[in-house]
Amino acid sequence: MAAVTPRQRTGWATANFVVIALALIPVLWLVSLSFKTPTAVLDPSFLPAQWTWGNYHGILTSWQFIRPLINSIGIGLIATFIAVVLASMAAYAIARLRFPGKSVLIGMSLLIAIFPLIALVTPLFTIERALGLFNTWPGLVIPYVAFGLPLGIYTLSAFFREIPWELEKAAKVDGATPFQAFTRVIAPLAAPGMVTTAILVFLAAWNDFILAISFTSTLASRTAPAAMQYFSGGSVFTVPTGPIAAAAVVITIPIIIFVLFFQRRIVAGLTSGAVKG
Amino acid sequence: MSTNTQTVTAAPAEAPPRRKPQLSEGARAERNLGWMLIAPAVIVMIAVTAYPVGYAVFLSLERYNLALPQATKFIGFANYGAVLSSQYWWHALAVTVIITVFSVAITLVLGMALAFVLHRTIFGRGLVRTISLIPYGIVTVAAAYSWQYAWTPGQGYLSSIFNNSAPLTSQVEAIIVIIIAEIWKTTPFMGLLLLAGLSLVPDDLLKAARVDGATAWQRFTKIMLPLMKPAILVALLFRTLDSFRIFDNIFILTQGSHGTGSVSILGYDNLFNALNLGIGSTISILIFICVAIIAFLFIKGFGTAAPGTDIEKR
Repeated sequence: MAAVTPRQRTGWATANFVVIALALIPVLWLVSLSFKTPTAVLDPSFLPAQWTWGNYHGILTSWQFIRPLINSIGIGLIATFIAVVLASMAAYAIARLRFPGKSVLIGMSLLIAIFPLIALVTPLFTIERALGLFNTWPGLVIPYVAFGLPLGIYTLSAFFREIPWELEKAAKVDGATPFQAFTRVIAPLAAPGMVTTAILVFLAAWNDFILAISFTSTLASRTAPAAMQYFSGGSVFTVPTGPIAAAAVVITIPIIIFVLFFQRRIVAGLTSGAVKG
Repeated sequence: MSTNTQTVTAAPAEAPPRRKPQLSEGARAERNLGWMLIAPAVIVMIAVTAYPVGYAVFLSLERYNLALPQATKFIGFANYGAVLSSQYWWHALAVTVIITVFSVAITLVLGMALAFVLHRTIFGRGLVRTISLIPYGIVTVAAAYSWQYAWTPGQGYLSSIFNNSAPLTSQVEAIIVIIIAEIWKTTPFMGLLLLAGLSLVPDDLLKAARVDGATAWQRFTKIMLPLMKPAILVALLFRTLDSFRIFDNIFILTQGSHGTGSVSILGYDNLFNALNLGIGSTISILIFICVAIIAFLFIKGFGTAAPGTDIEKR
């Protein structure tokens, strides 16, 4: 390794700075907007002249935002839980068992992973209305599970392949059934992969907009990203920029926390299914 | 490497060939367990995708408007004729293709640059990687509001830098803003996929080439790119399909006005504004066909390894 010249050091420092600045400026702009007073919002300077917590106080005491936030969290957690359980079962079967139909399952998952969501909106809208699922939590949970599954199956089967399966064999020699070998031996080893999958599935559900605006019509099930466009300003003539910016910051906070704590896992999960070909 | 052919049952070493009616006890138990374990996932995926797509095909052959339910009737391929002869469809398709091509191409270049920085930077690697993940994770709608306000005249910092311009009210400029928003959001994902490919390039090979007098550009084009080709193609496939479905950014930034609507926006409008389930379904099916063609071209044409095929190979 050659010694680092000051010139190289400056070069990489510049590169790092550019990456960080480009990634953060749009986020910081939202933060700045969220602290601007309703009149200062019409001032294009990047930082607020006067800082106010008013926007946060406004949205966090308003059912118009709190209820969608509860919906987002509840629907996201339920969908994540179901998707991770079902995907773990399927991924275990793919990674460890031999049975006909495996390639069909993999092909089907691929198809769903690349599916244009809008193509499902029309028929699902009709089906959900007929079944009484429209504008309910299950009406969003079910599609989120379905779209989380391919992601989960890829990520988890990649993780499951790394597990030393001699352990499973040993468990079976010791008299465990295949099911026990799964729950007692493999599942604990697979926990890191399951956490990764859970994060990716939750982020996908948290992020969704198109299904959320299509299958909800009231606060009963509308999620936070879908609810923001219904915010109103102090009067008909006030643009609700500040409240929307504050809401955007609030729904971004969990993402930042996930990224800070689980950065390595997220990267591993994103690249596991994709770049082994 | 193969986990498929070596099984862990009590079956004899030479497992019986598939489809042989007489399976050993262990092989049969394994097969049944396999089916049991995948069944719930398969049922949910079929219920939410395969069945609705079949239903969409059926709806696309009907005249079905929620505003005129009594006029519902089977009309064969008339909806397809109506959509394919409509300038709205071709306009939306052109907008979608333009956004896809430019955003994916630029994202590829920037993603490559990001991958290099993450791979090679001599300090602060963890910090840069963490922060560069934020655009990937942030809710698209939240980011779209940031761009929208930034470009609103009299209110946004970007608008004020560019002489109080109002790019979201003109077609070409609005599409450029949409492309920028897409690029910002998706470059980290591209960068990470390429980084994984980049780390597969052996350092020794690059050193040897350098000793042999290869320039940096030659090392990049002659060694790195060929070795990274599978990773690049998979990343491109993912990004192209994803970009073709663009909806959130356009919905927030322009709502599809000023001729900026993508095919997804067109489908949405036909369903929720025109309440026309027949035409909406037809557009859905056409989008699905477009996506299938793109995937087919990538996989057959460029030899992209379909994601997930490694599961079979290993």
